[in-house]
Amino acid sequence: MAKVRGTGFAAVNYPTGMHLGGDPTQSLIHMTPAGDFVCTMASVDLGQGLRTVLAQIAAETLGVPYESIVVETADTDTGPHCTGTFASRTTHRAGNAVVMAAAEARKAMLEVAGELLEASPEDLETDGAGNIHIKGVAEKSVSVGEVAGAAHFGYGKTIAGRGAYLKPPSPMDPETGECDPDSTQAHACTVVEVEVDTETGVVEVIDMKSVYEVGQQVNPDLVKGQIVGGSWMGIGHALYETTAPGYPAIDPAPVDFQNYLQPGAAEMPEVACEVLEYPAESGPYGGKGVGEMVTNGPIPAIVNAINNALDVRITQIPVTPEVVLRALDEKRAQAEG
Amino acid sequence: MEDKLIRLTVNGRDEAVVIRPLATLQDVLRDTLELTAVKSGCGQGGCGSCSVLVDGELRLSCLTLAERAEGAEVTTLEGLNETNAIVPLQQAFVENYAAQCGYCTAGMVVAAKALLDRNPAPSRDEIVEGLSGNLCRCTGFAPIVRAVQQAAQALSDTGEEAS
Repeated sequence: MAKVRGTGFAAVNYPTGMHLGGDPTQSLIHMTPAGDFVCTMASVDLGQGLRTVLAQIAAETLGVPYESIVVETADTDTGPHCTGTFASRTTHRAGNAVVMAAAEARKAMLEVAGELLEASPEDLETDGAGNIHIKGVAEKSVSVGEVAGAAHFGYGKTIAGRGAYLKPPSPMDPETGECDPDSTQAHACTVVEVEVDTETGVVEVIDMKSVYEVGQQVNPDLVKGQIVGGSWMGIGHALYETTAPGYPAIDPAPVDFQNYLQPGAAEMPEVACEVLEYPAESGPYGGKGVGEMVTNGPIPAIVNAINNALDVRITQIPVTPEVVLRALDEKRAQAEG
Repeated sequence: MEDKLIRLTVNGRDEAVVIRPLATLQDVLRDTLELTAVKSGCGQGGCGSCSVLVDGELRLSCLTLAERAEGAEVTTLEGLNETNAIVPLQQAFVENYAAQCGYCTAGMVVAAKALLDRNPAPSRDEIVEGLSGNLCRCTGFAPIVRAVQQAAQALSDTGEEAS
């Protein structure tokens, strides 16, 4: 009986958004009298940082400071339609809708600025710091706040924009199988080292290293947050979390945190990740989805590492100590067989 | 069993509260005093999201009978915030992206504060132990542990007491 180590890896190709499309998201953006912009969405921020990302995208397209964007989310009664936060789709789908809404609002903003500066809107540019000026003539300038005041109280105009992003549904041709299955794919590879105690069956994840290709990162810190959190979730699913022996009964056995075992800070190894950026043609500023895929690599990589350490072939999760010890028993029985 | 009047100090203020039999401290804090940084996660002492300080000690308010807090000094995250007692922790949580959905964050910060109060320079293992009663489903814990390490470092750099 000993502690043995093994290495495993797994690779992921992950399509962003609903398979075969047909999952729209819309966005409405309007300017307030103070010169801020409200971006109204029904999309939901689960904590992954959608509001931050959408504010970044809106600010970039409008050409105004990030701080001047307010993102209202999650009211599905009153907000513009969103299919939902799932399939790693919201940065891509909602982000694209925001780009469209912000582009329309920017056009309306530059039209009012053009009236104030007695210039054609095409000859204007934004400095990203809250000012609009004639291209190449920085002193011929108005602030976004002045434009807001003029639009509301001078011209009686709205400065607003609508966005609707839809990857059209792509039904599969029953004869040829031809279809357009996804908008873009993100990719990843995870390498894991484990240590298995052959006496107790306990598995420890010693090291986890991943490479992700997620298009242009809209917010690298949030991407890293997803990857690190997903690595932990992968450890949970690979080694601890289960509703067994409930299935196929309808009531799963563990109904609380006393019985549903999950890893804590002590079970979390140092997670290293590298991110490669190959901007997606269909993405908002090249972005792809990096939500669900972050658990997909770690789980099989951990199981492969266990199999590598023990020279067995476990094909179920979670790999609890019992599963490890039964696999070792079977291997021993076969050797004696 | 009848309703009962208890007196306790919450975030430095004297409170007199009528409680139902078997009411928990969590009920009093959340429902009566509307201190909703005290989260209601599992109600069984399994998640730590309802963590508060009772006479300076870390307690799960969902497992503490309100009656047992009679005469006690209770501090919630709101109280720690009012007195600027957790500025280094707040800053470190923000800088390390130690919150995603945020549901565990209030309890995490209270538990981290309790840890730094009794051990201003904890090792990584001591931080892991100090937060072992608090569950997080988003961050993978690593950013939270780093945030507490950074806050401890910031406190020692400035020579401040954690409290």
